[in-house]
Amino acid sequence: MILGKVIGTVWSTRKDENLVGAKFLIVRHLNLDLTPKEATVVAVDSVGAGVGEVVLVAQGSSARQTTFTKNKPVDAVIMAIVDKLDIAIKEKIEETADA
Amino acid sequence: MYLGKIIGTIWATRKYSTVTGYKMQLVQPINSENEKIGEPIIALDTIGAGPGEVIYYVTASEAVIPLDVDMAPVDASIVGIVDSININK
Repeated sequence: MILGKVIGTVWSTRKDENLVGAKFLIVRHLNLDLTPKEATVVAVDSVGAGVGEVVLVAQGSSARQTTFTKNKPVDAVIMAIVDKLDIAIKEKIEETADA
Repeated sequence: MYLGKIIGTIWATRKYSTVTGYKMQLVQPINSENEKIGEPIIALDTIGAGPGEVIYYVTASEAVIPLDVDMAPVDASIVGIVDSININK
């Protein structure tokens, strides 16, 4: 899962019929210090997340593993709202030049 | 499966119902030389691993298999703790 922040909502009238009823949110990827990255993703909400919240997004085929998204054309789903993030180990892993 | 090192823990009270009860860990992917590769990810812990430990994890929909539930929106889960790695160069 990746860490992200909900920055907005996506509305669409014309969409795949399987997607009717889904709530689409725009999630901006976050670094571990909660600073935003460039990338954003459109994700289906499965936990009732709102704009401004820090969330976890499951991607790929795993995004279809909810009762709503099962067998539907979905590749990103919000599966948790983050309360707290505790980073215990910092910079103990050697940096590689190409990391 | 990929190697990683647990660098922290994430708490989330509100999460998808079938994921309740599992701990979520921050994992920095590493190579076999303990060097970090790429960005940290969040993985579900199924074996009780803790910060500082080197682990291996599965990704994609296979990440649901170690869980006790049929369906869960999980794309990474920790399935083993590494005791040692022996590489012949």
